[in-house]
Amino acid sequence: MTDDGAAVVAAVEAVAERIEDERSYLTELDSAIGDADHGGNMARGWAAAADAARDLDEPDAQTVCKTVGKTLMAEVGGASGPLFGGSLVFASAELDGGVTPESAVAFAETYLEKVEDRGDARVGDQTVVDALTPAVHTFKKSIETDDRPPLEALAKAVDAAERGVAFTVPIRAKKGRASYLGWRSVGHQDPGATSVLYILEELLAVAADRLDAEIPDVDATSPTIPDEGEEAADATAPDPEDD
Amino acid sequence: MVGLVVVSHSERAAEGIVEVAAEMAGDTRLEPVGGDGQGGIGTVPDAIGDAIDAADDGDGVVVLVDLGSAVMNADVAVELSDAEAVIADAPVLEGAVNAAVAATDPSATLDSVREQAEAARGMEKL
Repeated sequence: MTDDGAAVVAAVEAVAERIEDERSYLTELDSAIGDADHGGNMARGWAAAADAARDLDEPDAQTVCKTVGKTLMAEVGGASGPLFGGSLVFASAELDGGVTPESAVAFAETYLEKVEDRGDARVGDQTVVDALTPAVHTFKKSIETDDRPPLEALAKAVDAAERGVAFTVPIRAKKGRASYLGWRSVGHQDPGATSVLYILEELLAVAADRLDAEIPDVDATSPTIPDEGEEAADATAPDPEDD
Repeated sequence: MVGLVVVSHSERAAEGIVEVAAEMAGDTRLEPVGGDGQGGIGTVPDAIGDAIDAADDGDGVVVLVDLGSAVMNADVAVELSDAEAVIADAPVLEGAVNAAVAATDPSATLDSVREQAEAARGMEKL
């Protein structure tokens, strides 16, 4: 198995465990605005996905993602199957050459685009998009513009997702079953966005674990000025303020 | 000839809609698909993909869908299918009947059948 492949399998197992732990809470969130099946559906789907991932013979990262996506599509049901799973199958193509900071950004962007497209949802509709968009944008900026290490970029993305989940509470649902409630959806946290946050938190935990590193203590809005020591070594890097 | 797939959250609803549309369908291939695969309400992309394959004889397939996640799951199935398949943005029963009639036209194409299905959006009943 490639290192990347093994890392992704470990991440999927961690996500399955986390979603199982949060099953009743997710269902509680969904019972307020939906049909009270999000926790059960996701737990069943991710458990099956972890099994399928474990059964693969020496897989690379792309193969694991594709298998997990297909399993989620088949097992989760409702809109979460095509949104979480279908998008994963589609975006897995970006990991063709393994997991690098660049391919991870491309993967994240493709995943987000697919979810937006398929669900016809935008930020502010009280959906998964509200957690995913700030996470993906923060990750991309941290890697591409601010040139931060991948683990720090991921930690910032998790914080951005957390803010996105909080943002779903005061707004009105425009998509999904909650939208049938109209203004009554205001005041409720979106279960799908909450699942996105749990998934990202587990990706971060597994990444830190495999790198044998501490999870960096950053938030999405923390400054990105390099440490003084790095500054000298990095003197040739373009400074955005010079433009 | 262009084939048709009817996707509903309920397998029985899909079968019933096909039953109605078949009256007008000549020898058009009409495939119902629905349910979560465990006897419950829902849709499964793999099953929709199988229905698309069964309805396709090489001229493509128009897919009629009911609501919400059925649309998304059909979209996934279309994306993964080797057949040329399109989703019609139409009410599922009226669209299926219109598409069935359109498909029996000897000059029918994937586009013409989809257009006829979508023309059902403007259908007035009273």
